[in-house]
Amino acid sequence: MSTAPLLKINNIETYYDLLLAVNGVSLSVESGKITAILGSNGAGKTTVLRTIMGLLDDQPNKGTIEFDGTRIDGKETEDIVRRGISYIPEGREVFPELTARENLLMGGFIRKNKNEVNSDLQKVYEYFPVLAEREKQLAGTLSGGQQQMLAIGRALLNRPRLLLMDEPSLGLSPLLVKEIFAIIRTINEAGVTIILVEQNANMALGIAHDGVIMENGRFVRSGTAAALLEDKDVQEFYLGGGESEDSVKGYQRWKRKKRWR
Amino acid sequence: MFTQLIITGISIGSLYALMALAMSIIYKTSHTPNFAQGEMAMISTFVAFALQTTYQFPLGIALLGALLFSLILGVVIEFCFLRRAKNPTIVDLIVMTIGIQLIIQGIAGWKWGAEQKDFPFLDLDSQLVHFGDVVISHLNILTIGTSLVLMLLLYLFFQHTRMGTAMRATQQNEVAAKINGIRVNRIKAFTWGISSFVGAVAGLFFAPISTLDPYLMWEPLIKGFAAAVLGGMTSLGGAVLGGYLLGIIENLFGAYISLEFKSTVAFVIIVLVLWFRPSGLFAKHYQRKV
Ligand SMILES: Nc1ncnc2c1ncn2[C@@H]1O[C@H](COP(=O)(O)OP(=O)(O)OP(=O)(O)O)[C@@H](O)[C@H]1O
Ligand SMILES: [Mg+2]
Repeated sequence: MSTAPLLKINNIETYYDLLLAVNGVSLSVESGKITAILGSNGAGKTTVLRTIMGLLDDQPNKGTIEFDGTRIDGKETEDIVRRGISYIPEGREVFPELTARENLLMGGFIRKNKNEVNSDLQKVYEYFPVLAEREKQLAGTLSGGQQQMLAIGRALLNRPRLLLMDEPSLGLSPLLVKEIFAIIRTINEAGVTIILVEQNANMALGIAHDGVIMENGRFVRSGTAAALLEDKDVQEFYLGGGESEDSVKGYQRWKRKKRWR
Repeated sequence: MFTQLIITGISIGSLYALMALAMSIIYKTSHTPNFAQGEMAMISTFVAFALQTTYQFPLGIALLGALLFSLILGVVIEFCFLRRAKNPTIVDLIVMTIGIQLIIQGIAGWKWGAEQKDFPFLDLDSQLVHFGDVVISHLNILTIGTSLVLMLLLYLFFQHTRMGTAMRATQQNEVAAKINGIRVNRIKAFTWGISSFVGAVAGLFFAPISTLDPYLMWEPLIKGFAAAVLGGMTSLGGAVLGGYLLGIIENLFGAYISLEFKSTVAFVIIVLVLWFRPSGLFAKHYQRKV
């Protein structure tokens, strides 16, 4: 017997003016799992997350999004956050002229219980000790990696049930990437369901339970992380060293094959 | 003489500072140069006038009523006009605030007439205090004192309250504010309310040294604008400093160089700042995310 999914996306379409960026995407995310969304640049991954968050006016144009059994498409972002979905946007959208601490506390803005916010703040400081050291520093003057930690910490202070992460490893040193992935796993083990958009397919599938592959606004393949890791095409285009001579031909074959849907 | 000029300069400068603050607060949040700021303050001052003279309320009630009115006016303007525009350009926004300015001016002219009224409610201008050969009116003292207190309260509000921090957060990154559950639209409306309130305080103190008519705040608006430009439109501290500086410079210029051209000092300052330091004298340099 399977439980109802925490997030259920039914056949959504999202436009930027006349450009169809997400073209009929469906996804079920089960509670407690990490789902990775992989795909090349411009595939529409970020757009899917922004659509879930209600950040795009009048989108999705078609389809429905249900969170915990309730429709959230067409709702205000501020209300979607209050229902328990948090978003770590691509490229660390911090508040540059607030201190690191103020940034984190803004993550607790929607919460009533200030004691809990404070204890969660301490938890974030345990994950990222450097943020504790620099809590008085303006976020705009933190390094890129520190800002990324700040964005993650701030989202955790929302205390979400579902966390959407858009390329958390972007621009981080290999060591820090490892650390961040370990923390993502810890967060998940603490009960937070996660959707993880990543370029780093190996790492992402390494911690995810499920994965989907996105191309040109569609999900072209989905399955368990283990199955995707085994998949020949996935290996060739996302896991291998895609720089080889025949990758263009390979890409064309991939495009042809995509019609199987 | 010099000290005297400095002190009256600070007094008028505090009003410029308040106008500059009001404009900067809105500019930071809504990216709108608010040309209706002066008229919003003017009509709030008229409300105080009407409450006191027409409806015979005591002074305190009249002032409170006017300030409450100014708050609501700011919120209503944001809600009815600014919020309706989808992806407006800066020119759209300017045209919109000029439209609001004309509407308010029309209402004030229709309700209270275009002729100048004496503002009876603070008779402090004629009561003087002497320090050696320096003379300060009670009104000057009250103006300087009230502005300082208001600025301090604003500072504490923005820096040390949850709501104030959320307002700064919204100014710095709207998307990030939204995804943390901060209701950006409400914050904007509230910002307009606060800004309108600050402008109204300037209006209430300016009316007794000027004459109350629908054009009351035209000059303070231009001066406040100049002061805000000195502060780069985004630095509240810079706007305040700009206001005081302008008040003093203008006073000295009027006394020692040319009384006729006293009012053009503000304009010259705008031009010079745009020429040499377009981001303002005190601006900090962070790129705003769009
Ligand atoms: N604001 C926008 N206006 C118009 N088109 C947009 C906008 N944002 C994204 N697009 C387009 O929509 C498509 C999907 O973009 P999206 O940002 O979702 O891709 P992505 O999969 O997140 O890519 P990346 O891996 O590079 O972050 C792209 O073709 C992009 O050019
Ligand atoms: Mg993206």
